[in-house]
Amino acid sequence: MSFTQAIFEALESLNGNKMRSGLTVLGIVIGVAAVIAMLAVGNGAQASITGSISSIGTNLLFVFSGSADGPPGGPGSGRSGNNDRPLTLSDADALKDPFAAPSVELVAPAIQGNGTLTFAGENSTTTISGVTPDYAIVRNMELAEGEFINQEHILGRMSVVILGPESAIAIFGHADGVVGETIRIEGQPFRVIGVTVAKGGGAFGSEDNAAYIPFTTAQARLIKRGVRDEVDVIFIQAVSAEAVPSASEEVSNIIRQRHRTPIGIDDFTVFTQQDFLSTFATITGVLTIFLGGIAGISLLVGGIGIMNIMLVSVTERTREIGLRKALGARKKDILLQFLTESSLLSLIGGVIGIMFGWLIAFVVGKVATATGNNFTPIVGTDAIILSTSFSAIIGLFFGIYPASRAANLEPVEALRYE
Amino acid sequence: MDWVIEAHNLTKTYMMGEFEVQALRNVSFNIERGEMVSIMGPSGSGKSTMMNTLGCLDRPTSGEYILDGESVSEMNDDQLASVRNRKVGFVFQSFNLLSRLTALGNVELPLRYAGITEGRRERAQAALEAVGLKDRMTHRPYELSGGQQQRVAVARSLVNNPAIIMADEPTGNLDSKVGKEIMNLLLALNKERGTTLIIVTHDPNIAEQTQRVIRLRDGELDLDVTAEDKGRKK
Ligand SMILES: Nc1ncnc2c1ncn2[C@@H]1O[C@H](COP(=O)(O)OP(=O)(O)O)[C@@H](O)[C@H]1O
Ligand SMILES: [Mg+2]
Repeated sequence: MSFTQAIFEALESLNGNKMRSGLTVLGIVIGVAAVIAMLAVGNGAQASITGSISSIGTNLLFVFSGSADGPPGGPGSGRSGNNDRPLTLSDADALKDPFAAPSVELVAPAIQGNGTLTFAGENSTTTISGVTPDYAIVRNMELAEGEFINQEHILGRMSVVILGPESAIAIFGHADGVVGETIRIEGQPFRVIGVTVAKGGGAFGSEDNAAYIPFTTAQARLIKRGVRDEVDVIFIQAVSAEAVPSASEEVSNIIRQRHRTPIGIDDFTVFTQQDFLSTFATITGVLTIFLGGIAGISLLVGGIGIMNIMLVSVTERTREIGLRKALGARKKDILLQFLTESSLLSLIGGVIGIMFGWLIAFVVGKVATATGNNFTPIVGTDAIILSTSFSAIIGLFFGIYPASRAANLEPVEALRYE
Repeated sequence: MDWVIEAHNLTKTYMMGEFEVQALRNVSFNIERGEMVSIMGPSGSGKSTMMNTLGCLDRPTSGEYILDGESVSEMNDDQLASVRNRKVGFVFQSFNLLSRLTALGNVELPLRYAGITEGRRERAQAALEAVGLKDRMTHRPYELSGGQQQRVAVARSLVNNPAIIMADEPTGNLDSKVGKEIMNLLLALNKERGTTLIIVTHDPNIAEQTQRVIRLRDGELDLDVTAEDKGRKK
């Protein structure tokens, strides 16, 4: 019997027991939909995190004080209270040496702390960063209005502030037309000279809820540190994305020399944006596999459902099998007949499941967007191919046992079966 | 002689736990092409076992069986399937039609397993016409009476132009009037087409209509009465 005929007959037979076929298909639909949706959510999460890390700047390196095997809680967390020497302004200056650090383009030291902004009775607590003019370039910062901190502000320790749009809205109620206003930070008057462009949430919390003041001003009046000229973090821009590893090497060597630490027991950490990317890629990768694995289990359960139904069906149709054999069906004809039925069940389930999973992913994306999260689940072709072939394989695999049982029935016995 | 069936010392032994049941013991006979034979005997005498063996549904434990020139005794399962498909048509007591398929679909089944695609429909239609079901082709079994269902089964048995048609108590599930119609149909087919017909029955009236009667008792050939013998008796 030809293959198209086998498919046609299988459809006929599945159609003959709609309720049962439908329920069996449902098991696969749920499994495949779960796999598709889970992988889509996992991939979406990965893409969204990777995107927000990339938005920090591709040539970016961070230097924190403290030896850590991983990131030490991000910038602003301060030192961990041991014998580590803090990073200082002179460390930062040393990194600007074009001969010792040819891969380094720009160096932007910063100190960070929390403070309360006040304007006309409105309060808002935010992160205050003391920064230098290069900070804007290193961190890809763009201004919606006004201008950034310049060298004059630094030298004069001037009381000027750049606000993130969220912070501006928090105290002014709007983010435009606020340049020139005077606000208070921790009670001291500061003149607003600029507002940054909204960036959305990032890997280090929102950069939109922030205030930037000249480094020298912060050092002198707002953020007190134990050691003179201490900085919390040094942002470094490498000359190119390819130069990031060599920049990291150069920076490490310079600070090692200055801190006189033996190799292997650094009291600082250089972290590159690639490190963040690969760290998060690993985390979301594990998450995706985990979610996909759980969904895969439900697909497996669906497969067992197919096997169960096929076994029942073989028993029910023993006489039919006997008759077909009497009429000349060979073992492989019967095998093909039942394998086609089980594969069709799971393939139909797979196709419906893909559409269903797609719908779930779509709805999750809509809900995420509606609740203000910039997150879009991604239904990849790999996930579709994976779950289609997986469900077809499941249909085949779980169909083989019942089908071979049918194929090996003795015609005489089968015909006698009541 | 043109033998369709040559059976030499056919023996079939079933194991029932530790006991051996000899369903057939050293049965030998030949059947000529175009003959019409009844197999009779009390219940448990081995009639069905004989049918299954002659119909290539089962192999004899020992002995040789040649069907239409092919030695069947040593064939494997798939070879047997092919022989059944080409040379044997079955009519069962309980019709054994597939309820999902129409009359036409049921009659087409043997052709499907023969790998015939071209002219399949036409051949099935012709077979149904031959059994008088021209206007019932697209009916499903549950839309047909018992007699009509058995007619479909007869059409299915002859659609492949087999060497023999084997009918195991074909009228057993029908009332006597309809049973007679089916018998007349089988007799007519035998006459018109010359198809060898083997009917298992314990109805003496049916046996009376066939040229030859083979009687079994406890798995042994008890009596083999041919037409000439009948004539001599009368
Ligand atoms: N599959 C089997 N296993 C064991 N014994 C069987 C089997 N088939 C038939 N027999 C035995 O073989 C004998 C002949 O059975 P059967 O051919 O069905 O007789 P009949 O059709 O004449 O009533 C009986 O004794 C029956 O019990
Ligand atoms: Mg019997």
